[in-house]
This record gives sequence, structure tokens and C-alpha cells, in this order.
Amino acid sequence: MADVISYREAVAEGIAREMRRDPAVVCLGEDIGAAGGVFKTTAGLFEEFGPERVWDTPISEQAIVGAAMGAAMTGMRPVAEIMFSDFLACCWDYLANEIPKVRYMTGGQVTVPLVVRTANGGGLGFGAQHSQATENWAFTVPGLKIAAPATPADVVGMMAAAIRSDDPVVFFEHKGLLASKGAPAPPGHLVELGRAAVVREGADVTLVALASMVRVALKAAELLAAEGIEAEVIDLRCLVPLDTATVLASLGRTSRLVTVEENPYQGGWGATLVSVVADEGFGLLDAPVRRVAGECVPLPFADALEERVIPTVDKVVAAVRHLAAY
Amino acid sequence: MDAAELLTRYEQMAVIRRTERAAHDLFLSGLVKGTTHLAAGHEAIAVGASAALRDDDYVFATYRGHHHAMARGATPEECLAELMSRATGLCGGKGGSMHLTKASTGMLGSYAIVGAHLPMAVGAAWSARMRGTGQLAVAFFGDGATNIGAFHEALNLAAVWKLPVLFVCENNLYMEYTPIADVTAVARPAADRASAYGLPGETVDGNDVVAVRDAVARLARRARAGDGPALLEAETYRHFGHSRADPAAYRPAEEVERWLKHDPLDLARGRLVELGVAEERVSEADARARDVVARAVEAAKAAPAPDPGTALTDVWADGGAAWRT
Repeated sequence: MADVISYREAVAEGIAREMRRDPAVVCLGEDIGAAGGVFKTTAGLFEEFGPERVWDTPISEQAIVGAAMGAAMTGMRPVAEIMFSDFLACCWDYLANEIPKVRYMTGGQVTVPLVVRTANGGGLGFGAQHSQATENWAFTVPGLKIAAPATPADVVGMMAAAIRSDDPVVFFEHKGLLASKGAPAPPGHLVELGRAAVVREGADVTLVALASMVRVALKAAELLAAEGIEAEVIDLRCLVPLDTATVLASLGRTSRLVTVEENPYQGGWGATLVSVVADEGFGLLDAPVRRVAGECVPLPFADALEERVIPTVDKVVAAVRHLAAY
Repeated sequence: MDAAELLTRYEQMAVIRRTERAAHDLFLSGLVKGTTHLAAGHEAIAVGASAALRDDDYVFATYRGHHHAMARGATPEECLAELMSRATGLCGGKGGSMHLTKASTGMLGSYAIVGAHLPMAVGAAWSARMRGTGQLAVAFFGDGATNIGAFHEALNLAAVWKLPVLFVCENNLYMEYTPIADVTAVARPAADRASAYGLPGETVDGNDVVAVRDAVARLARRARAGDGPALLEAETYRHFGHSRADPAAYRPAEEVERWLKHDPLDLARGRLVELGVAEERVSEADARARDVVARAVEAAKAAPAPDPGTALTDVWADGGAAWRT
């Protein structure tokens, strides 16, 4: 086994492992076959599994996700790719009205075991329509599970859980992490959905982050440690199920909370997390909570502008210093 | 179709017609809330198509879908109980008139976002092909759906993948309140689009249960043989307005009269007489239909409301609704 694997390779590896163990798993999407995906996150699947399991589609987001839904209702476990998460808007009916509602509105008569994978987030200079962090869109819809891994091993383990899930899962692969490397996943690796990871322990403040923001939070924690502030960093991993228990337990130790979110402040996932803390963990807090989130503007193109909008290490450090002094 | 089968189909249509009338009356007496989109007038499309399908084929319908649920085995009692918000309804009171579903018989749902279920039917056909079952999927939709993107995406993908799926348009001439001809670039909203996707596009008298059965049977054979999808446009007419709120005053009286004279039940009755079936036998079928629906109304009225606790079930496959751990 290689010493390290890239996040990009982990996506294909995670899908391949499930395709090997379950013949009902099939993939569909634009350019995912012989081309291996525009991000090469499906590289090797077409060669290993062939055209009867890896299906190239036209640019038809509604047909891709709608067909995945119909197949999932009738015995398959489709893994649909929507190339950029911004394009989820083109098939939003399926993620807002069809997939999450059909089990409920039929009184439990059908299940929809599918995964919609999508490349999410900014930092690569793709401009306003190819860079948005859209996990908060899905977070407004009861009936969708939401995964957003931060490391290659988690990509594999969470992909296994997502594909085996009998519920629909939206799987956000962060574009800014695709080239990052980490330890490979051991054989049979499975990361249950809804289990956050404490990726750094600390007694002074809890930083809760998701996907690419986990790295930002960890770097901020290193800088803060040099100043004598010990930050605990939680990788949320999933938005649904939301692991509020791990966050509340951490606040029992630190009494201070900062969320680090790439999605815009307005409607971002941190708002829901913080509201749970206000409801159920107010007594644990010794300071106001602070949300470091994306600015409420479309993602701009130029580096200097994009950095101004997306949370950075400096912004997190400043927020924590402010709280520590409270 | 022989006389015995035609009599069976006639009785099915009579049950649907009477169920729709009952739904209308129950709405007026305050026992059905929300809205209903009645399919009275469309019976021959559901019953004729169903007569041509295998029991394990898949059907996807729209919010005007009571006839498809019943044609695929849902009872009038299950349907009316759902409309009346009862625990015994098809969906336990979670769906209502627009979402009648009977998955156990392959009736995989009624969808109320126009056109959304066409790609789903494509997916079910794709699934059937991958599983090698020989099953067919059928999407029924209205003329209005032919102007929405999902219709075109579904047709193209189904054609490219040569899937065993049929697209059956119930063209009742009106997109809700607007004549479909006023908002569509071609004369036949469905059939005239078929050539753009290299598909056969046929039209059929949607009020003639035998003609519908024959057309669907022919296209189904073709699709099952691997020759790909097809589009069938069945012309029909609503006996009621678009929905409960709509008296359909925008339809010319002459047009309404002409179509009411072309009633699917009358047509079937005429064919039965031609086949030598005694009038009495047909009247007996009518009487059975009347009794079944009358009993269904009483049973649905007597059924309990859902346990409020069930509002928090059936989100996830484990039966629950928990969103956090």
C-alpha cells in the first residue's frame, strides 16, 4: 500500500471498493467514463468496470439525478456525479422536492439509496459559477444526508458509508483538497455518517470546521498554540446527521466556540449548529460564539478578492484571540 | 380485445369514474382538503395502457393520477382514504391526492412537479435493463409537461441509451387554464417532438380503451425487444376543471359537448354491444362499480385519522426522522 494517497485518488478508490463488493453500484455523470472525470475523480473506474457500470451522460443534470432516483427506487445503488456543486441548481428539484420527499410522502413505500457526488468550494479561481460552497443549500432540506470529507482516508470511509446507506446522500468533494495527500484507508475502512472527529485536542476554545476549512482551523490552532491558546479542532465530516453531541461535549471542556465555514454567513451551517448550542449548551459557554464564514457575496475571481471572501487562517486566529480575551 | 376482457376494462373505468365523482362530492362536503386534480375523462388511458403491461412493469404518474393508481391495483377505498386524510390511505395520510402511490404493484408514485418523473421513469428502465428483468417503465404526463426541460432531457437520455421506457402524454388540450396550442410551437405537443430524439411519435384516441391498449402493447413489445423508447400522445379531455378551484369556464361549450359525447365509457359500452354483450351484463358491471365505490366511501369515512406521531416517521430508511446525533 502506498504511503500516501491523494484526495482525488481516494474518491475513485472509495467508489471502486464499493463497486467491487456490490454489483448494484453503478456510476453516471458527464465525462466520468473513459475521460475519468474532469477532476479525474473517477479515473480507472471505466477501465475496471466497463460501460455497463460506468455511464457517460449528456449535459443533462435533471436527467442524471432523476434517472439515478428511478434506478435507486428499483434495486440499484447509483452514484451520480454533478460536475460542479454550483450545477446542483440545475437539478435542484430532485434534491429539494423529489429525492428527499418521496419516501415520506408515500408513507415509507419506497427507499432511495443513491449518492450524488459533486465537486464543491472555492480557492481555485474558477469564478462565481464554479466555486460556491453549496453544502448549506442541501442543509435546508429535510431528507438528505450530507457528507463533506476533509482527508483521503475519510473520503474512502465516508464513500463506503454513503453508498451503503439506504438513504440519499449528497457527497461534497472539495476542489481545494483534491491534490492534498494523506494516509491511505485500510481495507474495509468505513466511517459512519454523523460521527465528527476531534482532530486536535485543546482546552481553551473549540473550532468546528468542515472539509477544506478543517485545514484552515488546524493551521490557526498551531499559530494560537504559539501564543499559549490551545484550540480543540472538530472535523464535523457530515452536516446530516449533525454530530451535535461531539460539539457539546467539547464545549464542556473549552467553554468557547468558533465555527469555520466556507459557505456564506447568511444561511450557513454554523447558524444551525450555534442555535443548538444556544438551546442546549448555553450554560457551557463563557463567551459569545463567533462564526467565521464566507462573506455574503458571490465568489469573486481574482486571488486577492477570493481570499477576502473565504475564511483564512488569519481571520480564524483573529476571531479566537478576540474570544480568548473575552 | 375480446368481450370478456373489454367488460373487465369497462368495469375498471366505471370504478375510476365513480371514485372521481365521489372525490368531487367529498370535497364539496368538506371531507377532502387541499385540492384534487380529477381524471374523469382520462380513464381509458390508464386502463388501456395497464392492460398492455406486465404486472412487474413500472408506472410513474402525475398529480392527476388517481386513475393510474387504481389501474395498477390501488382500491377506491385506499385512494379515497388518502384523499380524506385517513390512516388507512395509500400513503397513511402523508401524500394526499397528488401523491397516490402503490409501490407493491409497481405504481411508483404520482409527482406534482411537472415533468419531474420522466427522468425517474428513464432511471427505472435503465435499472431494469441493468438487472436484465425485461421490465418496462411508463411515464404518464400531461400536455403541459412537454414544454419543460425535464421532458426533453428524459427523451434524449432514453433514446441515447435505448431504454425500455414509454412516454405517454395525456393531451387534454389545456395546460392548466391555457390552451396548450397557445403556448406550444408545434401542433402535437408530444408526438411532434419525437423526431427531435429519433423516436417514434404516435397519436391515439385516448378515450378508446382498445386503441390505447393496442398502441401501448405494440410500443411495449418494441421497447422490450431492445428497440428503444417511444412517445405516445393520447388525446383526451377533462370532465372537470384543472383542479378543485377551477370550473373550467374558459372551455367553449361546443368543445365540451363534443368531448362529452366522446366519453371513454360510452365508447367501450358501444364496443361491448357490437361484440354482442347483453346490455344487462354492462348494467351489472355498472352496479358493481357503484357498490364498490359506495362501500369505499363509507369505509374511508369510518377510518381513523393518522396517529400524529407518524408525522415524524418515514424520512429515513430506518423509519425515523433524526437529523442529528
